[in-house]
Amino acid sequence: MTATGKAKIRKLVTFVEETRSEMGRAIDPPTRRAAAVAVIKNPCAGKFVEDLSELINIGEELGGLLTERAVAALGISGTSVESYGKAAAVGENGELEHAAAILHPKLGAPVRKALGKGAALIPSSKKRGGLGVALDIPLGHKDAAFVRSHFDGMEVRINDAPRANEIMVAVAVTDSGRPLARVGGLKKEEIKGEDGLR
Amino acid sequence: MPEVRVRKFVTVVEEIFHEGGPVAEVPPRRAAVLAIIANPFAASYVADIAGFMDDLKLLGLEMAKALVAALGGDSHVVEGYGKGAIVGAAGELEHGALWHVPGGYAMREILGGAKAIVASSKKVGGPGARLDIPITHINASYVRSHFDSMEVGVADGPRADEMLLALVMTTGARVHARVGGLKASEIKGEDGLR
Repeated sequence: MTATGKAKIRKLVTFVEETRSEMGRAIDPPTRRAAAVAVIKNPCAGKFVEDLSELINIGEELGGLLTERAVAALGISGTSVESYGKAAAVGENGELEHAAAILHPKLGAPVRKALGKGAALIPSSKKRGGLGVALDIPLGHKDAAFVRSHFDGMEVRINDAPRANEIMVAVAVTDSGRPLARVGGLKKEEIKGEDGLR
Repeated sequence: MPEVRVRKFVTVVEEIFHEGGPVAEVPPRRAAVLAIIANPFAASYVADIAGFMDDLKLLGLEMAKALVAALGGDSHVVEGYGKGAIVGAAGELEHGALWHVPGGYAMREILGGAKAIVASSKKVGGPGARLDIPITHINASYVRSHFDSMEVGVADGPRADEMLLALVMTTGARVHARVGGLKASEIKGEDGLR
């Protein structure tokens, strides 16, 4: 799986959160979200590299792999996923643009393929940081970015990553919105699903 | 005694391909299941707390089963384990000690009578506190290749009146273990130590 791909993966980590109650109120069914994170070698670390296509291709590979892992961790079908997000943390010898190369040009297509749909922009965040840096992955509804109940975020961190010449790449998916969403806005039942926004 | 009220479960699985050396043929995995529960003894000193250990037994079993499931469902792949607790700010370190018996018992039960003591760590901490959970071989504590640890934590827990309870299992040695000592293949398996 790793030897054949473009990405040199040191480690894969999955996180699943299941919230069963909040402020004493039962959440039934529980809200669940999962993130899959790859810790990879940064082939462009330590020097200025003009052409970032190697990272762009790694993004495409990881989009499929991480989405598959995150969905499997929830134990649901890809089409049942309600919201998603992505993020990357570049180690200290890398450049923020390296995260952009992984996340933006090609990572999204295999994510959407694994989920069957995904008209909405995949919300993202990126940063540079050291070992154990907290990565906050923004979450939004996969078919309509304005669904207010599904604006959320998931924090992940790995104590031994990213090393200076590494990048942490994360994809998060959910089967639900926030546990006790009640601030109005567009509801998921009202999605038209044409433009990815509403 | 009070019921166990779970706010949240968090499962973490690490699959380690290498750490600068050769890529492992079978990458070792570490998994943790964390429960954020209400601390029934928060905010005041309660002398008699030991009964809560019985109340935690079912939670321990549920978490141990979830750990094996997170590692693929076959308990025979499990070679190392550990446990830990973080008590929220309105609680007491002693509340974390309630986890020793039900947490350890549950993993031994699910793993078919593992012999070694379950290594543990505990502390008082706030939301986002990190805990390094020590890990040792399930049948012989002295197996040097399996001394390991896993850092865990949850961004929004434990709140002051909560506790985070953790169980950890691993499927093998450190990825590039090479500092000698008792090997897993040399275990006698009589006393839980060697």
